[in-house]
Amino acid sequence: MSKRIDVKDLNVYYGDFLAVEDVNINIEAKSVTAFIGPSGCGKSTFLRTLNRMHEVLPGARVEGEVLLDGDNLYGHGVDPVSVRAQIGMVFQRPNPFPTMSIRDNVLAGVKLNNKKITKGAADALVEKSLLGANLWNEVKDRLDKPGSGLSGGQQQRLCIARAIAVEPQVILMDEPCSALDPISTLAIEDLINELKDQFTVVIVTHNMQQAARVSDKTAFFNIAGTGKPGKLIEFGDTHSIFSNPSQKATEDYVSGRFG
Amino acid sequence: MTATAPVARKRSAFTKGQLPKAAPYVILAAALVVGAAVMALIGFNPFGWGIVSAILFTIGLVSLTGITEGARKAKDKLATCLVVGSFLIALLPLVSVIWTVLSSGIPGLLTPGFLTTSMNGVTGTFDNKSVEEGTKVLGGVYHALMGTLQITLVATIISVPVGLLTAVYLVEYGNDRALARAITFFVDVMTGIPSIVAGLFSAAFFFALVGPGTKTGAVAAVALSVLMIPVVVRSSEEMLKIVPNELREAAYALGVRKWRTILKVVIPTAISGIASGVTLAIARVIGETAPILVTAGFATTINNNVFGGWMASLPTFIYTQILNPTSPSNPEPSAQRAWGAALVLIILVMLLNLVARLVARVFAPKTGR
Repeated sequence: MSKRIDVKDLNVYYGDFLAVEDVNINIEAKSVTAFIGPSGCGKSTFLRTLNRMHEVLPGARVEGEVLLDGDNLYGHGVDPVSVRAQIGMVFQRPNPFPTMSIRDNVLAGVKLNNKKITKGAADALVEKSLLGANLWNEVKDRLDKPGSGLSGGQQQRLCIARAIAVEPQVILMDEPCSALDPISTLAIEDLINELKDQFTVVIVTHNMQQAARVSDKTAFFNIAGTGKPGKLIEFGDTHSIFSNPSQKATEDYVSGRFG
Repeated sequence: MTATAPVARKRSAFTKGQLPKAAPYVILAAALVVGAAVMALIGFNPFGWGIVSAILFTIGLVSLTGITEGARKAKDKLATCLVVGSFLIALLPLVSVIWTVLSSGIPGLLTPGFLTTSMNGVTGTFDNKSVEEGTKVLGGVYHALMGTLQITLVATIISVPVGLLTAVYLVEYGNDRALARAITFFVDVMTGIPSIVAGLFSAAFFFALVGPGTKTGAVAAVALSVLMIPVVVRSSEEMLKIVPNELREAAYALGVRKWRTILKVVIPTAISGIASGVTLAIARVIGETAPILVTAGFATTINNNVFGGWMASLPTFIYTQILNPTSPSNPEPSAQRAWGAALVLIILVMLLNLVARLVARVFAPKTGR
């Protein structure tokens, strides 16, 4: 239950503005890939093109191909909704649905799509997803309480549980720990390590130690200056990116000389 | 021989140079006395007494504070006096209205049968008799109450779907297109339409559609919905706008379609605000008089069919009872009925506001651990 992603010659636009230019990247199945780079270099923008969330904003569009196991997400007649059902996403700020209980938040992907599910199957899915997100022990006695009553780190793990409950092929994470304290961050990093047994994980992070800790491969994005498009500078094994980068810009960035 | 023990002081150094706590009350008492004296010179009335005392109190407090505590504190006291004064002035008409309606309306409301009988068969003879012989005032508002409830209900049934769907279009699909901007503009224009014009529109519309002289509850309901729709659109739009975009994105990222996201995430999140907006819109139109006069006419009998025949409503009932008393020679019973109806109307609006609060609380996103 996980698929690889291959990106070919991808240009990302906001209206006429070219935000990310000419990205080619191959993301292996059942691996963790980290995107690093300075603010505004287009990592998040690029991440959102991988499940067609980019085009939710008015005027946003892309050129090029994103292949999920060989199928082009941007092919003619592809329904973005079916793409998003296969490629889940966790956002920067925890965003549980405020009107729903913890249980309903986990079942949101099922219930919002009006899929029929028996109570037993729903209970099993809730337990499996919350166990998968390392949250079960903390919330099992209060599944009917609102999700917004949890702490920030718990809310973020609830959002991860919600994302894995729809059993996607790929999980995209947009700076999932930037609003969390170190202990919650550690919980989520452990979780990412477990998730890669089942899912392909792509994570955007500002924290280079985090990228080094959790990812198998790392992609470094950079921007030449304001108003210029972001570019993929270097992509390779995390170890070689951090210890022996081939590009000067990557070395400067990972060694903390700029950015 | 110098004393090392702390000197027993009445006040701490930090509060030195402040007016004692009781000072404002003393000044208020002085202002009231001086105000009464001033008013006695030019002719006493309670309203003028209040105004003069308030001005004297403000002058006294501000200048005393200025002398003892400094200019900054004086400005602070002046601003406080202005704010409190404005609040009292704003409250005055409200209290006065409630007091008048209560004192004049309670006799009518407490007359047995007032809420359960109509004006059917009540003629001037009965009113003359009740004035001359002191018997109870006959007749009631049942027909008008039913008419108001039914007309408002139909107007709500028309306005809420139209208004809510318009708001959904504006917020979720409009994207600031020309059509969305045009709708926003015309909704703003509609907000300012005089209610009589809405009534004339509805009357003319049904005259053309059904036949000249068509006056029914439904025509009135259409007139009221013309007034209600812009209010519902505006309030729902504001409520939908403040639903965080993150929630929409969270639903999209789960593979949920846009219309399902709107139906099951956006609207439930905003429903408490929408519901209280709708209730306030109802409260706004329930007291409309002019559009109902030209669309539903005036009835003295019970008519529970909004699609046929003239219909009474509380505002038109009040209007006709005051303007054309049932007994022209003895208008008191009619006035009593009119005030009673006014009290019923105010109670209705108050209940609606309470319902709005209740609805907002019931639907509000849950919090707690």
